[in-house]
Amino acid sequence: MSHPQAAAEFLKNQAKAKWHDETLWFVRDKRDRISKTIPEWEDLRNLASEIKDHTLSRLDFYLEEFEKNALKNGIQVHWAKDAEEHNRIVLGILQKKDCKAIVKSKSILTEECHLNPYLETNGIEVVDTDLGERIVQFLNQPPSHIVLPAIHLKKGEISELFHEKLQTEKGNEDPTYLTQAARIHLREKFLKAKVAITGVNFGVAETGEFVVCTNEGNADMGVHLADVHIACMGIEKLIPRRSDLGVFLRLLARSATGQPVTNYNSHFRSPSPGKEIHLVLVDNGRTAQLAREKFRNSLKCIRCGACMNTCPIYRRSGGFSYGSTVPGPIGSILSPGLDMKKHSTLPFASTLCGSCSDVCPVKINIHEQLYEWRQEITKTHGELGKSLSMKLASGIFKSPLAYKISGNLMRSALKNLPKSLIYHPINSWGKGRNLPETPELSFKEWYKRNRS
Amino acid sequence: MNPSTPHIGLFIPCYVDQFYPNVAIATLELLEKLGCKVSYPLEQTCCGQPMANAGYERDTVGTSRHFLEIFGGFDYIVAPSGSCVLHVKEHFPPIPSMEKTQSEVHNRIFELTEFLTDILKVDQLEGAFPHRVGYHASCHGQRGLRLASSSEMHISPFNKAKKLLENLKGLEWVELSRTDECCGFGGTFSVTEEALSIQMGKDRLEDHQEKQVEILTGGDMSCIMHLQGIASREGNAMKFMHVAEILNQAIQ
Repeated sequence: MSHPQAAAEFLKNQAKAKWHDETLWFVRDKRDRISKTIPEWEDLRNLASEIKDHTLSRLDFYLEEFEKNALKNGIQVHWAKDAEEHNRIVLGILQKKDCKAIVKSKSILTEECHLNPYLETNGIEVVDTDLGERIVQFLNQPPSHIVLPAIHLKKGEISELFHEKLQTEKGNEDPTYLTQAARIHLREKFLKAKVAITGVNFGVAETGEFVVCTNEGNADMGVHLADVHIACMGIEKLIPRRSDLGVFLRLLARSATGQPVTNYNSHFRSPSPGKEIHLVLVDNGRTAQLAREKFRNSLKCIRCGACMNTCPIYRRSGGFSYGSTVPGPIGSILSPGLDMKKHSTLPFASTLCGSCSDVCPVKINIHEQLYEWRQEITKTHGELGKSLSMKLASGIFKSPLAYKISGNLMRSALKNLPKSLIYHPINSWGKGRNLPETPELSFKEWYKRNRS
Repeated sequence: MNPSTPHIGLFIPCYVDQFYPNVAIATLELLEKLGCKVSYPLEQTCCGQPMANAGYERDTVGTSRHFLEIFGGFDYIVAPSGSCVLHVKEHFPPIPSMEKTQSEVHNRIFELTEFLTDILKVDQLEGAFPHRVGYHASCHGQRGLRLASSSEMHISPFNKAKKLLENLKGLEWVELSRTDECCGFGGTFSVTEEALSIQMGKDRLEDHQEKQVEILTGGDMSCIMHLQGIASREGNAMKFMHVAEILNQAIQ
């Protein structure tokens, strides 16, 4: 389904669409308020942007430094060229440990690699331990938002789901009650898992350690109870020094949810005696994106989700309308790099309002990249009709005479044609909007009569 | 008029020329009242924005060259549209052999309210407009040209249109609950993503209505054409005016 179709579908349930818009606006508003308590907010954004630009410009160097230090710390490092290799590496570790059930904290990278279905077809039980992720996992859905995976569901729907899956009381929608039920359910899974998988928010090149941020402490719970920790990390998640971390931690939670800091920011440096840490470094299209000059800096993204919360399109069309692992504005500039044909409508799912770029804590020029992707997509996937009418228009606007004739024709046509024709169903302007009234004279004609 | 008075080229977006001549007239008269020497080059067409935003910037070389040829000789170029000015500044493709003109035009083109506040240094306009006014910030003006501080950023608040409007006698400036959310016009977006576009427009209108706005104004007629189109379809009695129309009417 293209984005416009999916969006129209989402908007059919008006009440829910309004609720979705208002819920995410609430998060954006919270982010606004807390960011404005930090006098140096804009300096922090500049600094974060520069640190990421620098790191990306020397990514090869920092990756090698990171690997060297991680190995020194006793971490086992694996390199994965793509999603398939990533999945194979993870499965290999699990098989070696004879592990049949794992717990996993939130990792958008493993979503991107479709790790869950891969492991499940290989006979491994995967339990997502982030509450929102567990909810969508029960429903066999992907997350609809990278920070708030189940934001498309209302508590009534979750109550029903938990009644079915966790035998909670029917109709009990009390969030504390429902969360407690999930907690008991997950506790049992935590205790049984020999291997825990986590994502990585930041890899620190100078020390070879990595940092995982969660609000629920589920990453820590999983890792500390398991014998083996597998951390899956996109190669763009690096920062050079530990002292750079403060810049990002101050921006991340404030931008994501309006909190001063995520509840758990855990540093993993070396395995405890008798335990193992595996780090899987994944490319999966990232070096290709790095090579695209106009789109390179999309790799600065720290996955805070602020661009989704602010996006007037995302709020009114929902995460699933994008059909990509990372939805919203940032997803619309990342996904075409992975599969341009599949995601060709995404860069057009925007008014180029620029709110995403102004909200971004690492100053990615998201809306400008949306514009640039449009230029790329029309080269290879332009619909003939659009292309023809655009060529015609550019021909008209190049020539003053052609413009005058077509303008006059248009105005007189709008004046004289019956309404039924102007508001024909194929005319999507007129479906929900009237056209402006047509004046007797264009300004040009007025000017000629009154000024020249 | 002093012969050294700078010569302003009036750039009127194509759809304003065709559908909203009164906005263009108001812009011209306002600038004239403020002592400017203004000419409207008759050969002008369209800046090429609809093509470029649809992904065909490469097909706008001819249109852009034509624009530069017409407006290259003026001291300033002024338009009652943030969106079209932004397009000329940011999205003209490089035009071979016109590099110098292109960079001059880039520096000399202004949206109307920024021209009044930043170049003419208008501090306060004497006039009256006794109405409750809601301001729709066009995104391209707001975040593209920085005509006002955006709500996302932590910077000192400013708004060039507000500065001009709020001193008019009797004008009540209405604070909205979402000060700078997009109206959903977005050029071809308005037809390719029709459902979303309409919903966004309805939501913007609702914000103004809840605050009992009498006249909705803004610096871009494209947003207003979209909002007015929805309002008129729904039988909503709200009035719509471009900032130029309010200012021109107020200082008469």
